[in-house]
Amino acid sequence: MQNKLTSPIQSVGRKTIGSIQRLGRGGLFLFSTLVAFPGLIKEFSLVLKQIYSVGVLSMQIIIVSGLTVGMVLGLQGYNTLVDFGAEESLGQMVALSLVREMGPVLTALLFAGRAGSALTAEIGLMKVTEQLPAMQMMAVDPYKKVIAPRFVAGLIAMPLLAAMFSAVGIIGGYIVGVGLLGVDGGAFWSQMTSKVDLYDDILNGVIKSIVFGWVAVWIAVYEGYDAVPTTEGVSRATTRTVVNTAFAVLGLDFILTALMFGGV
Amino acid sequence: MDSENLVSMQDVSLKFGDRVILDSINIEIPRGKVTTIMGPSGTGKTTALRLIGGQIRPQAGTIMVDGLSVTKLKRKELYELRKRMGMMFQSGALFTDLSVFENVAFPLREHTELSESMIRDIVVMKLHAVGLRGARDLLPSELSGGMARRVALARAIALDPMMILYDEPFTGQDPITVGVIMELIRKLNDSLGLTSIVVSHDVAEVSKISDKLYIISNGKVIESGSPTELQESSSEWVQQFLHGRPDGPAKFHYPANDYAEDLISHAK
Repeated sequence: MQNKLTSPIQSVGRKTIGSIQRLGRGGLFLFSTLVAFPGLIKEFSLVLKQIYSVGVLSMQIIIVSGLTVGMVLGLQGYNTLVDFGAEESLGQMVALSLVREMGPVLTALLFAGRAGSALTAEIGLMKVTEQLPAMQMMAVDPYKKVIAPRFVAGLIAMPLLAAMFSAVGIIGGYIVGVGLLGVDGGAFWSQMTSKVDLYDDILNGVIKSIVFGWVAVWIAVYEGYDAVPTTEGVSRATTRTVVNTAFAVLGLDFILTALMFGGV
Repeated sequence: MDSENLVSMQDVSLKFGDRVILDSINIEIPRGKVTTIMGPSGTGKTTALRLIGGQIRPQAGTIMVDGLSVTKLKRKELYELRKRMGMMFQSGALFTDLSVFENVAFPLREHTELSESMIRDIVVMKLHAVGLRGARDLLPSELSGGMARRVALARAIALDPMMILYDEPFTGQDPITVGVIMELIRKLNDSLGLTSIVVSHDVAEVSKISDKLYIISNGKVIESGSPTELQESSSEWVQQFLHGRPDGPAKFHYPANDYAEDLISHAK
C-alpha cells in the first residue's frame, strides 16, 4: 500500500536525478571535447572528412527543402499581401521569414534528422563494436580522433547549411512570386534589399544558426557516446538525438527571438 | 619491482552499484608465459582485463603492471603504459572505415614518426606473422570473424608490446580458426618474448596453450595452477567446470520456489 503511494513520487525523483546526471555527463563530455579542439589543427584532414559527410551530404535535403519552403512562402505571402495591394513587399516578407526564423530553425531540425542521427548511430555503433575502447587501449584518445572532428565539422557546416537554405528559399519565393504570380521582379529585389538589415536580420539569423548548430551537434555526438552499447541502446539514442534536438532548438529559438526581436 | 610477475593484482574488489563483480581477488601473471583466466560467463573475466588495461578502476586493491601501479597513474602515464600493451577484443574491434593495412598501420601512425616506407614494411611483416599479408587491401566488412581477429592481433603487436591481452579469442569460431588462433597465441608469445593473458571459457583449447590457469567464479578465484594441477583439483566445482557437467555444485536450475508447489498454486 505504502509502496503504491510512494512509487509515483519515487519515479519522479528517479527521473529528475537521471536527467540531472545526464546533463552533468553531457557537460563533462562537452568539456573533454573542447579540450581536444587544439589537437585538430595538426589533423585538420579529419575535420574535412567529417564536413563532407555531415555537411556536403546534407546539402540535397537542405536545398530541396529550402526551395519548397520558399515557394510555399511566396504563394501564401502573395495571397495575404495582395489583399492590401502590397504584393511588392513579397521579397521582403519571404527573405525576413527565412533569414530570421525558417532558415536556422528548419535547417537545425533537418540537420538533426539527416546528420545528427547518423552521427549518433555511427558513434554508438563504434562503441558497440568496441572500436572506442580499442582506441583507448591503443593509447589514442577517442575525443581527439572521433568526437572533436565531428563536433567541429558540425559547427562549421550548420551555419553554412542555414545560409544555403535561406538563399535557395528566396529563389523559390522569387520563382513563385515573380515567375508564376506576376509580382514585379525589380520591386521584389529592391524591397528585399532595402528592408532586410545586415545586423538586425542577417547577423541575428547567423547567430541563431551557430547556436542551433552547437546544440544539435552536441546532442548528436553526446547521445552516440553515451549510448548503451547494444542494438536497442543505439536505436534509442538515435531517436533521442532527433527528439531532444527538436525540443532544444524550438525552445532556444523562442528565447533567442525574444532577446533579439522582442524589444522592437 | 617484482621481476618475475609482469602483472600483479592484489585484493582487488570491484562493484557496479550493489553488484559485486570482483571480490578481493589476487592474480599474478608471470613474465613470458601464457596465463589464462577462466570462468563461467558473466563472472568478471573481461572486467579483470579492463582493470589491467586501466579502463576501469577498482574500489579497492592494487594492480601493478611492470612495476607501475595502474590505479594511481595519471592519464598521460597510463597512455604511455598502454602503448606497451596490445589488446585483442572479442569482436576484433577493427576500425570499419579503414582497410586492413590502415588498421594495422594506425598505432604506428599515431605513436611513431616512421617514414611511410618503414610503416609499410612493418605492417607487411605483422600481417605476414598472422598469415594475412595478402588481405591487406580488404575492408573489415570483407573479412570472416577469424580473419578479423587475426588482423586485430597484427594490430595489437604493431608497436611490439611487452604484453597482449586476449578477450575471448575463440568464442564463436570454427575449429580451424580456433586452431590457428591457438597456434598464434603460443607462437607469438614465445617468438616475440611476450607475456600473454587470455580470457576464455574454452577449457580444452586454453589448457593446451597455457602455462598457468586461473578459474574465477562469483568474483573469487576458485583455483589456480598449471593445466595438470587443475585437472587433479579436488574441488567438485572445478571438476564440473573443466568437464562441462550440466549439474553439480553449480546448479542447473535458476533459484526458484518448490516445483510441486509452483504447479499446485497455479491450479488453484
